[in-house]
Amino acid sequence: MLSLARSPRFALGPNSFFRLIVALVRRAPIFLMLLFAGSAIESLAQESPYFVTYDHYLEEPGSLEVEYFSNFATQRGGNDFNAYWLEFEYGTTAWWTTELYLDGQTTFDDSTIFTGFRLENRFRLLKSEHVINPVLYVEYEQISEADKIMKEIEGHDVEADHAVPNAILREGHNHELELKLLLSSTHNGWNFAVNPLATKPLTGGEPWEFGYAAGVSRPLALKASAQRCSFCLENFVAGVEMYGGLGDRYSFGLHETSHYLAPVLAWNLPSSWTLRLSPGFGLNDNSHQFLLRWGLSREFSGFGSMLAGWFRGGR
Amino acid sequence: MRSWKAGASALFGAVVLTVGIGAAQSGEPSMPKFDKSVYAELAKAPVKAAARPNPLESDPEAVVGGAKLFERHCAECHGASADGGKKGPSLRAEEVQHASPGTLFWLLTNGVVRKGMPVWSRLPEPQRWQLVSYIKSLGMPPGTTNH
Repeated sequence: MLSLARSPRFALGPNSFFRLIVALVRRAPIFLMLLFAGSAIESLAQESPYFVTYDHYLEEPGSLEVEYFSNFATQRGGNDFNAYWLEFEYGTTAWWTTELYLDGQTTFDDSTIFTGFRLENRFRLLKSEHVINPVLYVEYEQISEADKIMKEIEGHDVEADHAVPNAILREGHNHELELKLLLSSTHNGWNFAVNPLATKPLTGGEPWEFGYAAGVSRPLALKASAQRCSFCLENFVAGVEMYGGLGDRYSFGLHETSHYLAPVLAWNLPSSWTLRLSPGFGLNDNSHQFLLRWGLSREFSGFGSMLAGWFRGGR
Repeated sequence: MRSWKAGASALFGAVVLTVGIGAAQSGEPSMPKFDKSVYAELAKAPVKAAARPNPLESDPEAVVGGAKLFERHCAECHGASADGGKKGPSLRAEEVQHASPGTLFWLLTNGVVRKGMPVWSRLPEPQRWQLVSYIKSLGMPPGTTNH
């Protein structure tokens, strides 16, 4: 990633929040229309609240989850930005989930650009539940240097990387293979997840880069209430996640990279919509001082059957 | 430029392959699909797990809450009345109804991943017991021979 000198200007202020609201309002209707267009299919949802960390639960077989996520960040030495991505998550089998990401970003007073795509697969390694459940995560990404969704922090990623104008950043391209080992455990309603990651740029001979994410979460109520309700405590899952870089092959460690701590909250609605929210806070001078992530998703169960029906011609 | 084209081609191929596999799996004829061997997984429950009693057995709200959870998480595969669906067998079959609560809880927790049943340990334990309560409350369909 690019590394430039930072200016001490602190960008978090009323103006930033105004821009954030404008950006959210501008993007959300498009996504809502897209989801409502397919809302005829019944669905289910019990989603984790994490934005960066993964637990070991995969998408139900044949289900498609369409997700919109947004990442607003303050930027010292440059313009604040709002990055966003669409995720299409499909349960191919009970042990294999595949996802397509389409990334974009708006840097205020600069431009709005598409920044690339990612194709991710997760494979459950053990057939039943254990104290620690490993899942192998393999992702291929083809994104530009202007990608700012911060879905993972790796190597020596720092805030200053994002201070460069889009016109320059978009000229640089990343072809990367990313591997994660998702280790997750659920006990008495608490989920604990740790995700070490390693990334290998496929061009340019750059070294392996490393990073981590870890999270803990729990539903606010463990027992389902008898009545139908949107605001029952069992529909809310709260927790906290921490993520950051671990340097590269030649310079491994917690230094010269960024780290974040972020409370997370998910609201699983009975209608199978899930709303997530997470304010994030940078833990060192290399980090953005403030992030605000939110996401809206809807799960369409039976998507695979519906698709098969189309191909069978209604037989 | 060439790399972007190659990437786009790889992406398209991967999406087609993945959706194709998923569609082929879920597109098999729905009924009748399941014979009695599908219930063989129940016999694999460890003795200790099978012997666990349902702590919500005497809770009158457990069945109601379980019904809500069933509709949300299970009906898509097992059918709205649990008589079996496109992807999951009937839960009102003798094998299920005669299984101990602990056995059903164990199966819910571990799933049968290689055969398409996801693990449901993401639901807290009380909710899994509520599901067990609901499933046991259904009983066998009228006219079914009780062996």
